[in-house]
Amino acid sequence: MENKLYTLIVHSENFAGLLSQVTAVFTRLQINIESLNVSASSIEGVHKYTITACTDRNNIEKVVKQVEKKIEVLQAQFFTDDEIYSHEIALYKVSMSEFESQSEASKVVRQYNAHIVEVNPVFAIVEKNGSSEDISALYRELSALNCVLQFVRSGRVTIPKSCIEPVSQYLNDRAKEHTNKKKK
Amino acid sequence: MKNELISGGEIFIRSLKDHGVGTIFGYPGGAIMKVFDALYDYRKTLHHVLVRHEQGAIHAAQGFARSSGEVGVCLVTSGPGATNTITGIADAMIDSTPVVVIAGQVSTDMLGTDAFQEIDLVGVTQPITKWSFQIRNPEDVAWAVARAFYIAKSGRPGPVVLDFTKNAQIEKAQYRPTTIDFIRSYVPIPATELGAVECAAALINTAQRPLVLVGQGVELGDAQKELLAFIEKAQLPVACTLLGLSALPSNHPLNKGMLGMHGNLGPNVNTNNCDVLIAVGMRFDDRVTGNLATYAKQAQVIHFDIDPAEINKNVPVDIAVLGDCKETLVAVTEQLVPTRHAEWLKTFTSYEREENEKVILPELHPTNDHLSMGEVARAVSEATAHKAILVTDVGQNQMMAARYFKYTQNRSIITSGGLGTMGFGLPAAIGATFGRPDRMVCSFMGDGGLQMNIQELGTIMEQKAPVKIILLNNNYLGNVRQWQEMFFEHRYSFTPMMNPDYGEIAGAYGIPFKRATTREELQEAIAEMVATDGPFFLEARVIEEGSVMPMIPPGGTVSQMLLEC
Ligand SMILES: Cc1ncc(C[n+]2csc(CCOP(=O)(O)OP(=O)(O)O)c2C)c(N)n1
Ligand SMILES: [Mg+2]
Repeated sequence: MENKLYTLIVHSENFAGLLSQVTAVFTRLQINIESLNVSASSIEGVHKYTITACTDRNNIEKVVKQVEKKIEVLQAQFFTDDEIYSHEIALYKVSMSEFESQSEASKVVRQYNAHIVEVNPVFAIVEKNGSSEDISALYRELSALNCVLQFVRSGRVTIPKSCIEPVSQYLNDRAKEHTNKKKK
Repeated sequence: MKNELISGGEIFIRSLKDHGVGTIFGYPGGAIMKVFDALYDYRKTLHHVLVRHEQGAIHAAQGFARSSGEVGVCLVTSGPGATNTITGIADAMIDSTPVVVIAGQVSTDMLGTDAFQEIDLVGVTQPITKWSFQIRNPEDVAWAVARAFYIAKSGRPGPVVLDFTKNAQIEKAQYRPTTIDFIRSYVPIPATELGAVECAAALINTAQRPLVLVGQGVELGDAQKELLAFIEKAQLPVACTLLGLSALPSNHPLNKGMLGMHGNLGPNVNTNNCDVLIAVGMRFDDRVTGNLATYAKQAQVIHFDIDPAEINKNVPVDIAVLGDCKETLVAVTEQLVPTRHAEWLKTFTSYEREENEKVILPELHPTNDHLSMGEVARAVSEATAHKAILVTDVGQNQMMAARYFKYTQNRSIITSGGLGTMGFGLPAAIGATFGRPDRMVCSFMGDGGLQMNIQELGTIMEQKAPVKIILLNNNYLGNVRQWQEMFFEHRYSFTPMMNPDYGEIAGAYGIPFKRATTREELQEAIAEMVATDGPFFLEARVIEEGSVMPMIPPGGTVSQMLLEC
């Protein structure tokens, strides 16, 4: 089966120690995590993990099922890039002397819709947010101009394009089941 | 009294009692003193079995759980006490056994300081538990116990660890009896899709050569009757995994025997001849499937399971029937058309005959003077009217006992399947005598495995636990020796083993003992063992270089079993 980049979105209770359990699933299936982002979700008390990894469909399905087995995990789902809108942020520290001596450099920055957020005599910091590809492309162009001192990028934040919000649906269904159970 | 403040330790003990716990297997130590102190006041109604090693405690809890269906409880101290239970926790995880392990832990303010006997138990056990939780204050005790029991027992069962800090044992809080039967992030039984039930029934109805694979899930789901109705209605032949052996009586005409590496010829060969393979509560372990590339490729596969993660894990499935097999089997049975499959059923006969001639009869009636493992197992099974609970250790003794015992009642085989833990048998048998005091418990051991937890003879002595120990002594780590013989050119690298005088050992523990070298001695010893009230130690001196046959060599194809080595 063909490998591609999958984005796994996991919603969980806010429970200490869950992160290592989730990442351990990848390790055990010999899958490297490309990026990982953990934060509070829009639902109170619910955490959201966004994890990207390059693997095949068979394996990512196994990951989802294994992750969902963790008691505090509410839901795990995987997406391909065409099913989601995602964004990343990156910072490029560029040498001031190289940067100023090449007019190309600031042109590239403008072209990519990046911003200069800090300037001093030694270096400038360029900030870019956008797609993974644009961020990589900007890095390649600046590198070609020999002016990148440092480069960091965040993990991606992702929103599925689909209209239904499966976690809310899951929580509603579970709440209903709970009330029914109590009535019985 | 209602608002009375009591220690976390006492809250814990009262919580256990409120969850119906009557037996605990444990071993005290510095970080669990307060709990043991609280236990002292309840010792008349909460029976504590003092083992001789914490590995004994966890395996006994497993034996208790496997025999009774109730949660087994194991209570140990921090650090080494806790790490000594790790093997059993992993064993319970892979064999889906509901146990709750409670371990002491250093005080919360000492956590992370490398304090005396501190280990990160939650971190260590997370990958091998269903749930692992650290209790840091007394207010959480009742909740944590309730959650632990619910998680351990519901859905696909498994082990839970509670890491109980010392301060939470000592500090006081009110006790509010708590039960939990709902966790919103945890769905123990997945919803069954109606469509899946219909498709499964339709496929079975068109099958010419169906084969049902029964795993421990049927016993765990208490669905033995439902299975019977299912297979009888459409005359579906059944093969059982090692852990599923007693889900269907051995003498049922549709029971075609055991699957896997040392299973029976018919069901293994016919796995690659069937047109529809129907797996119920089993997980296609490699010891069952052999080489996956050549496993049941011709068949359409239906998989009944409670754990969605088992679907398509090893074998691609055409129809998955998720849910509790006690219900899904009934739903599918309703839609089955009564069928006979007479031709197909007949195909098992020739394989049975071949295996009988080449393997079973020579094993049961050896032409030499040496006792064989198979004849000992069959003789014990017969002497107990096939009603005993069989506990085994790991190795040749395990495979031979499993093959030659016969099963007439549910939950009659307790063996370490997924982990293959030597040393499991003796303590698990102790646990089983507490889980099912009404049944005879026969523990088949190898000379290697017996010595891995031989200290538990002390527990048997003290508890007068009526374990019938049947030592199949071949003076070898026999299973490994067999592989060396077959695959490593007879190079017996560290498998011959010097043995002690087991008669003296049994004597030292006050356990009645008989040694059998001949068939007459064997019959006498078995008769005496069965007639003895309480524990008994039977040492059968068996053939030294015997082999377990038939065999699918490791990585081999299920349909190509070796009948001779
Ligand atoms: C804890 C552990 N260590 C090692 C093994 C590997 N092993 C599997 S069977 C076996 C030999 C068992 O010898 P014995 O207990 O005498 O049983 P026999 O096969 O001779 O019946 C060994 C060493 C194991 N399964 N478990
Ligand atoms: Mg041996």
